[in-house]
Amino acid sequence: MFNKRTFAGLAVFTAAAITLSACAGTTDAPASDVDASVATSAADFGGLDALIAAAQAEGELNVIALPDNWANYGEIKALFEEKYGIVVNSADPDISSAEEIAAADNLKGQDTAPDVFDLGTAVTLDSLDYFAPYQVENWDEIPEGNKEATGLWVNDYTGSMSIGYDSNSVPEPTSLDDLLGDDYRGAVALNGDPTQAGAAFAAVGLATVQSGGTLDDFQDGIDFFEKLNDAGNFIPVNVTSATIAAGETKVAFDWSYNNLAAAATVDGWKVVTLPGTVYTSFYNQAISKDAPHPAAARLWQEFLYSAEAQNLFIVGGAYPVTIQTLQDAGTVDADALGALGELDGELVTPTADQAAAAAALLAEKWAAAIS
Amino acid sequence: MTDASTSVDVSGGAGVTPWRHRLRATGKFLGLTPFAIYVLLFLAIPTTLAVSTGFFTEDGALTFDNIVGLFAPNVLASFGASFFVSAVTAIVGAIIGALVCYALLGLRPDGAVRSFIDSVSSVLAQFGGVMLAFAFIALMGGQGLLTLFLKNNLGIDIYADGNWLYQVPGLLPVYLYFQVPLMVITFMPAMQGLKLTWAEANATLGGTRLTYWTRIAAPVLAPSFFGSLLLLFANAFSSYATAAALISQGAQIVPLQIRGALVSETVLGRENMAGALALGMIIVMVVVMWGYSVLQTRTSRWQR
Repeated sequence: MFNKRTFAGLAVFTAAAITLSACAGTTDAPASDVDASVATSAADFGGLDALIAAAQAEGELNVIALPDNWANYGEIKALFEEKYGIVVNSADPDISSAEEIAAADNLKGQDTAPDVFDLGTAVTLDSLDYFAPYQVENWDEIPEGNKEATGLWVNDYTGSMSIGYDSNSVPEPTSLDDLLGDDYRGAVALNGDPTQAGAAFAAVGLATVQSGGTLDDFQDGIDFFEKLNDAGNFIPVNVTSATIAAGETKVAFDWSYNNLAAAATVDGWKVVTLPGTVYTSFYNQAISKDAPHPAAARLWQEFLYSAEAQNLFIVGGAYPVTIQTLQDAGTVDADALGALGELDGELVTPTADQAAAAAALLAEKWAAAIS
Repeated sequence: MTDASTSVDVSGGAGVTPWRHRLRATGKFLGLTPFAIYVLLFLAIPTTLAVSTGFFTEDGALTFDNIVGLFAPNVLASFGASFFVSAVTAIVGAIIGALVCYALLGLRPDGAVRSFIDSVSSVLAQFGGVMLAFAFIALMGGQGLLTLFLKNNLGIDIYADGNWLYQVPGLLPVYLYFQVPLMVITFMPAMQGLKLTWAEANATLGGTRLTYWTRIAAPVLAPSFFGSLLLLFANAFSSYATAAALISQGAQIVPLQIRGALVSETVLGRENMAGALALGMIIVMVVVMWGYSVLQTRTSRWQR
């Protein structure tokens, strides 16, 4: 099958090959005398154009843990390459947030170290020492609660915890309790282990609030999955696009953008967000303070918060952090937002303390609940 | 390790001057050097570094919290599960493998079937990880060929009580897939070492087939059999990739606990726990190897 993604991949590869061969023989000359690694805004370079020039002189950007089918990162990376002529080296797309930080540690000082991170909140707050502060041009468009004051980290996009299902073989679930029925025997899966992966952790959080509990105590959610397992409906397999396509996981708790990405490629895959409390959680963007390409890292940040890239998140089924500004200014991709639908209902996100308490509870009880 | 003086004693002979002894002894050590350096760099140092992290906090302060953490119920349960999977697959694998070896003895050593099984075993003994896990998912996953065939044609639902392939019991058939061939390639040389003359001597002295196997073959084969058994145990105990590809929930065996401690993005600050878990695994292996050496000193008496 020669789909769009394969084509994009080939294009990236070819571009990389051409650029690399073009690079051979030339020496790197700094475009300006600005020390990019301590710049906290484009103004430090002397404006956005100077930043672009500095980034292009570096020529490459190392990103990590950005799968092509996650929140539309495939198109976002491709557009960045096309727009600025900078090669994006995408390493280890499927690793966890904690492994991103471990990679920064292990590769420190090498030119393959990650330049930028895309992290879950718990790891972000635990890893502030790894970040360089930076404020993008449209800093004011990012709501106050969604950024660290100096720009060490900034929220980038969120989804809601949703349920994807194969409409060809199971009925649409309208409540959590539906999933306990016989129709869903051996069908319900999570994207990872909640004691390890943020998406699965959020699924237990959703089960908690949907069962009438609060995020202060995840016990209700753990109890739900224990019942699901006892009913023989839980299948302990990681959801991936492959397991969905193969029919191995017929029902999947996952972020709305991941489920929507699956719906776009798998016939009959549908996404439902349960009525009532909606669980959301922002991912966070940060620049590595040891970035081997400090200017490109900062340009990537500028690019991600531009209307163009923020709209691409919407196309990918995620809600970008500047969505309010986009809507107010009329620059939002209305078709994509229409297809996605607005987030409504009561939105909840765990605080750092709630997340830590839930993690401790899961570490203690999860393995026993599902075995 | 032998020291210089014992090797001199062993190789000592008449008419050789002492400095030659010393030269020969040095030569032996020189020959060992590349291997020793290899073991030091790629086994001893990394193991020491990894295990020692278990005794420190993230900030580098000495702590025994991680060691105490080994006795948490879920960690103990994962050690139990690891031990269970390794023991069952090692024992079953060793018995089936030994029977296969016995059957192979009846074939011509240079025959087509024998060499076919030899080479297939060598390949399959190394067939593990994601490929093996995927092969089993395709065969007997929820939508696997065999699963659907049994369900649609014979009305047998192998997952009526929930899907066990992605749990600890699922590791048993999957691990056996590489344990049996490994037993065949490690145990076959010992079986081939059985001499026809021993059987003839036994027959001449009026022994039966039973006395041959119980009084001659079994004692001779025992050390090699138990050695292979322990190799199989160690092989299963330290297996990671296959289990990681198959089991995604609950970190049910120790290598998966180590993964969880290292990569978790929700339960943070347990990186050093991985060192303590590794220490636990090493202790189990040391106990097993100690048991092996005790067994071997007992069985070696029969070999004199």
